[in-house]
Amino acid sequence: MADEEVILLDFWGSMFGMRVRIALAEKGIKYEYKEEDLWNKSTLLVEMNPIHKRIPVLIHNGKSICESLIIVQYVDEVWHGKAPLLPSDPYQRAHARFWADVVDDKMYDAGKNVWATKGEDQEAANKVFFDTLKLLEAELGDKPYFGGDSFGFVDVALIPYYSWFHAYETFGNFSIEAECPKLIAWAKRCTEKESVSKSLADENKICEFVSQLRNKFGIE
Amino acid sequence: MAEEVKLFGAWGSAFSLRVDIALKLKGINYEYHEEDLFNKSSLLIKYNPIHKKVPVLVHHDKPLAESQVILEYIDETWENYPILPKDPYERAKARFWARFIDDKCFPAIWKAYWSKDEREKAVEELIELLKFLENELDDNFFGGETVGLVDIVGNIIAHWLPALHEVAGVEILTEEKFPKLCRWSHEFVNHSVVKEVLPSREKLIAFLRDRLESRSS
Repeated sequence: MADEEVILLDFWGSMFGMRVRIALAEKGIKYEYKEEDLWNKSTLLVEMNPIHKRIPVLIHNGKSICESLIIVQYVDEVWHGKAPLLPSDPYQRAHARFWADVVDDKMYDAGKNVWATKGEDQEAANKVFFDTLKLLEAELGDKPYFGGDSFGFVDVALIPYYSWFHAYETFGNFSIEAECPKLIAWAKRCTEKESVSKSLADENKICEFVSQLRNKFGIE
Repeated sequence: MAEEVKLFGAWGSAFSLRVDIALKLKGINYEYHEEDLFNKSSLLIKYNPIHKKVPVLVHHDKPLAESQVILEYIDETWENYPILPKDPYERAKARFWARFIDDKCFPAIWKAYWSKDEREKAVEELIELLKFLENELDDNFFGGETVGLVDIVGNIIAHWLPALHEVAGVEILTEEKFPKLCRWSHEFVNHSVVKEVLPSREKLIAFLRDRLESRSS
């Protein structure tokens, strides 16, 4: 629809922003990407998301939608004709929402604590991190995607973290593939999709970014 | 057929009560199993191994956990008395406010009432959060003329908050600061279906008082 105006307020390294980029790419939606400086947020961001003042924010014909999983569901519902991300069966939809929430509950903190700590705290953080990955790997099972045969909501929720894996491995001093080979195989399968490969940040840039954060917070 | 739908809940849990409210609003018959949260049944653990919490809805032997996930499932499965709007933007807004209540308000409520050290800061934070909800409300209910998702998820504010005020002596939801929320709270707890489901104020106060005392001892 030529008169649709779609703007995404985002930050290049945000896994939450990446979810929205993937959803928009899956649906083939043209949009304007606006990069936010997280340490100097724009008045537009604060106006469009006054409650949380954070990215991602989707602005569709002047109306803002916030919170990445809510945005992904919105995109799926508005542009429902192509590449459905949520299943049509209510139970399967609920199952997908449940697991996307599990990713939201656990992954960010689990990952952050790996790079933001050291010594004994980091050992404990690494254990929590792998417990989380193994939980997700068990849910994946032998399916090609969390959604089953097709790429779906839970895949969108989790795959952005793959761009952060190199950083987690570098600072956590471990190999994810050694512990969770199925999950890595799933991740590689996802990145074969153009919507994913074009949306994920470069893992080396993320690693450099995390190194800067560690310096900033005095973790080194 | 009542046996097709089962709810594992706990009468003192706002999260669990949400599911009762939704099922009753839609007139769905269900079998209720009360869980002792200090001695959870093996069935509950089997149905919700990740979180081991109430509520759990079991429909045709398929379990679902997490109150907001369950509420959306109920709305999609039984289409009468819709609790979510049809328009995608309005749906996104409803989901946003429901998450806001659980992700932001609930932890602040928890700290404001249960934690002596963090209480003052939590009260200030909760007041700021409730202002957002006060501004959002411009009808009888967040759902408009009828009870919707945000109202149901807001049960923690409408019913638990006033009870906690009695128990811990910390008053936050005042008419002076929150005239619309107070009016909404009154409408919600007195709604013909909701009031049959919610525990009585006295019973809830006694229960919360017990919990506060056992935490401080």
